[in-house]
Amino acid sequence: MAAMNPEETTGPILGEESELTLGELCRACGTSAEEVTALVEEGIIEPLGSGTRWRFSGVCIRRVRKVYSLRRDLGVNLAGAALAIELLDEIERLQARLARLERP
Amino acid sequence: MEYKDYYQILGLERGADQAEIKRAYRKLARKYHPDVSKEEEAEERFKEISEAYEVLKDPEKRAAYDQLGAGYQPGEEFRPPPGWDSGFEFHGGGYTEADPGAFSDFFESLFGRAGGFGNAYGRGFGGARRQPFHAQGENTYAKINIDLEDSYRGGTRQITLKHTVLGADGRPRIEARKLNVKIPKGITEGQQIRLAGQGEPGIGGGQPGDLYLEIHFNPHRHYSVEGKTVYLNLPLSPWEAALGASVQVPTPDGPVNLKIPPNSKDGGKLRLKGRGIPAKVPGDLYVVLNVVAPPAETEAHREAYRRFSEAFDFNPRVDMGG
Repeated sequence: MAAMNPEETTGPILGEESELTLGELCRACGTSAEEVTALVEEGIIEPLGSGTRWRFSGVCIRRVRKVYSLRRDLGVNLAGAALAIELLDEIERLQARLARLERP
Repeated sequence: MEYKDYYQILGLERGADQAEIKRAYRKLARKYHPDVSKEEEAEERFKEISEAYEVLKDPEKRAAYDQLGAGYQPGEEFRPPPGWDSGFEFHGGGYTEADPGAFSDFFESLFGRAGGFGNAYGRGFGGARRQPFHAQGENTYAKINIDLEDSYRGGTRQITLKHTVLGADGRPRIEARKLNVKIPKGITEGQQIRLAGQGEPGIGGGQPGDLYLEIHFNPHRHYSVEGKTVYLNLPLSPWEAALGASVQVPTPDGPVNLKIPPNSKDGGKLRLKGRGIPAKVPGDLYVVLNVVAPPAETEAHREAYRRFSEAFDFNPRVDMGG
């Protein structure tokens, strides 16, 4: 076994351009449709377009997972997790900008 | 196996009450939570904190731990005495809050294995997804650091996966497996790739779960990245900026010749359209000009600066009224 070359694999990018159905998003995050609905109602994730069937961008997976672990580990409620995620996004943007501006 | 001092990990005295324990845990959890923290080793620290809280928040486990542990030093070699837990019963439902897959050998030798197959059912929001026998394996999530160049050219990174598998003796154990992951071209910071079937194995013939790999870039000597946009700082001499020049600049795609227009200003940006991250809609690369004046080190240099000042009627502090 040890001498075997590791298997090579790859997969699709789940970015802004990829679209997931409600079912696919639930499966990807290990969560229920009710939970996803609650996140949509809280404005944490937004369905794409205006069709009657929800489609989600691939970046939603990361947000849903983050909300899940923030709630589980820090005891915040949905509104608190929503606020934390927005602030974390902002910090990420500012840090990327800071890294650029601080270059010699 | 090393003895773990759960009180010390949470910064508590042994006599701490339940409210103090919760407060200490919440404070540390906010500080070291891997989704929030920028501290070094946040993930490791967070696991330790969660494990300590898992034991101390539960009066039953805490009493058992207290009875056992007063004589040990942290890190000391530890063996649980035979029959140490008689009189205690650890209810299986007690592992719901933390991610029990992450607990230490020390924890498992005392309180049993909380992760593994039992865990494959109860996770997800609320932990209420109980399904009998034919279950898809859990999805797993991990982060990986790559170089910016990997996103331009595609590259391969080796990762090690740890899976819980059922051993020949019927007990779950951890198995490590190496995997070469081809990085798809055009990926940006924070995006994930889905590796189908590389999550936890299924149960009772169920499909394995998927692995979601979140991508992060290693810091780069020349470039900084915001989304699909890449920035490069380009130092220029004052005469190149003033007179214009043609200079060779590096890009992650390879060097290009760039025309600097006359009278370029410090901090000015030149856009190389489509030379950012090659996503479906490629990003742009911005060259940020950084005009650097040479130090005057010889008499000839000083003379050049003097002639420079005579040639200009230039006051950089005109806004300050100076």
